[in-house]
Amino acid sequence: MLSYLFIGGSFLLYMGIAVWARAGSTKEFYVAGGGVHPIANGMATAADWMSAASFISLAGLISFIGRDGSAYLMGWTGGYVLLAMLLAPYLRKFGKFTVPDFVGDRYESDTARVIGVACTIIISFTYVAGQMRGVGIVFSRYLHVDINTGVILGMAIVFFYAVLGGMKGITYTQVAQYCVLILAFTVPSFFLSAQVTGHILPQIGLGATLDTGMSVLATLDQLSLDLGFAQYTAGTKSTFDIFCLTVALMCGTAGLPHVIVRFFTVPRVKDARTSAGYALIFIALLYTAIPGVAGFGRVNLIQTLNGPDNAGVEYAAMPAWFANWENAGLIGWNDRNGDGKIQYAAGKAYEGKGNPAYDANDNRGEHGQRLATNAMVGAEFDAAKQPFANEVYVDRDIMVLANPEIAQLPAWVIALVAAGAVAAALSTAAGLLLVISTAIAHDLMKTVINPNITDKQELMYARIAAIVAICIAGYFGINPPGFVAQVVALAFGIASASVFPTLMLGIFYKRMNTQGAIAGMLAGLISTVGYMWYFVFGGGDSADYFMGVSPGGFGAIGMVLHFIVAFVVCSMTPPPSEEMQRIVEDLRIPRGAGAAHDH
Amino acid sequence: MSTVSESAKAYWAENLRIIMFYLAIWFVVSYGAGILFVDQLDAIQFFGFPLGFWFGQQGSIFVFVVLIWAYVYSMNKLDQKHDVHE
Repeated sequence: MLSYLFIGGSFLLYMGIAVWARAGSTKEFYVAGGGVHPIANGMATAADWMSAASFISLAGLISFIGRDGSAYLMGWTGGYVLLAMLLAPYLRKFGKFTVPDFVGDRYESDTARVIGVACTIIISFTYVAGQMRGVGIVFSRYLHVDINTGVILGMAIVFFYAVLGGMKGITYTQVAQYCVLILAFTVPSFFLSAQVTGHILPQIGLGATLDTGMSVLATLDQLSLDLGFAQYTAGTKSTFDIFCLTVALMCGTAGLPHVIVRFFTVPRVKDARTSAGYALIFIALLYTAIPGVAGFGRVNLIQTLNGPDNAGVEYAAMPAWFANWENAGLIGWNDRNGDGKIQYAAGKAYEGKGNPAYDANDNRGEHGQRLATNAMVGAEFDAAKQPFANEVYVDRDIMVLANPEIAQLPAWVIALVAAGAVAAALSTAAGLLLVISTAIAHDLMKTVINPNITDKQELMYARIAAIVAICIAGYFGINPPGFVAQVVALAFGIASASVFPTLMLGIFYKRMNTQGAIAGMLAGLISTVGYMWYFVFGGGDSADYFMGVSPGGFGAIGMVLHFIVAFVVCSMTPPPSEEMQRIVEDLRIPRGAGAAHDH
Repeated sequence: MSTVSESAKAYWAENLRIIMFYLAIWFVVSYGAGILFVDQLDAIQFFGFPLGFWFGQQGSIFVFVVLIWAYVYSMNKLDQKHDVHE
């Protein structure tokens, strides 16, 4: 089996690197000794940043929502421009290990530091749960092991190199993981693009003209309209909502602790800037291929499901991937009109959220399809908009994984995609676990609770914290909260409403003081968490959205609130000490970063 | 020590100007072309793409990469000029 070979081989590689790059000191554990080359750091940052969400979910999401997906593409790349110009160089000059370090030292307050620790831990945990789940899905689908066994295997691998190697082990493993994941994403995208359009590059292929004389995007618009969907290149959300979502994702990206910490690992301020540049190049290689993969995948999916005559395909005639993903519970077919053919169009085929609920008995229908307990009865549809009622559920998250199978690409390409998805999930999980363990060992134990512990003890605390964090992450992987997507939106909301603004003010506004910073962080944090909680879990109605902003975009409003509260409180309280103002002036000048680092 | 040297002040002011300039472009291509004026730009075809759609899903990302490298170049020059490089 090629999948075993590819995934097993990549694991051996990661472990080998981990043994080679063991960490001896706290500095090696936290920031890889501070001597990572910008290109290596750029690759590590890209692997750290591109998670299971980027690799597995994003193309699928765009495939289904079309133009509105731009918010994610621009948000998750544009944040690097903010990072390079507004944060990374100055934080590197400040010369500490973590985000709470900066917040606590700059605002001269352990209260601020603890809020920083809390934000870091909430953001990182919510994020890591999704990664473990991604590993589990890939393992269960391609290695035919139980999802739980898959999660435990993933935990063991991450444990090995994150706990042993710390930042040093992680950095060099991430470089390898970047290479695996970028190959695994781009190679199938070249195949897909060449197959559908004749152009190798999906970036160009998406604009190509097909044999029918219509462009790919025009074909997508036509197919979507014919089946009752919204046009692919037209938006359905309000402009203001998309605007806020993009702001929240961009500023959230710039404020994610596990991304920021990567810029502490380079030797000079100059290298922090170039690192961001390399990181974005490496990220853009994947991100600019995503719209192509999404578009071609959509065309292939519709044409395979509805057949060449656009009237449906018999269940028995479907390729093997359909039944495979059906068995994994991520595809469903409900033969509503009883004609034995699969028909895909707009609308739900199952009650509730729209996904099929399969029970443990594995009931099968007359064609061998799985029967769900929430199948919709009857086949009503709006004949003015679509030719038939929708009978199919396809989970968005399977698009990237299923794409090579749908397009009937060679088996090794499918195995490569599986290895890439695992690399994307593991590299991000490791980076997050390190940030969690650093926040606990360095910011809580060493700085706040007991400054007298030795370097060795601190390292031990960091390793223990990493082990505990891995176990908690594994628990969430095995028993996932049913709302992973919303929880990740929460992570970006918090990063954008509390971490990003407080770092920016600390650098660009010398007069910002302790009280202003604490009030601002709390205002951003509480308003954003409260809003999301109310509308996601508290049963809030979307008609009551503040100015029509969905919970995912509220981080932008929270950020504005943060700035206002911080300025008002700051103007009513005394300025920070002369000493601190001098330090802020100093962090704006690049020279001397190397010396400042050895504290 | 709170008196900053004239050179450091000038360095910082120029740094801010550079950042403002690049962020203005950053805003125009992403929020401007990709979101606020996307419908107007979509009327124009660009290599098989509606232009606004292209900016939102491809163009803005290319511009972001160029912006960071242009910023790196400008700042390296500025660091040399004010003799604050490492």
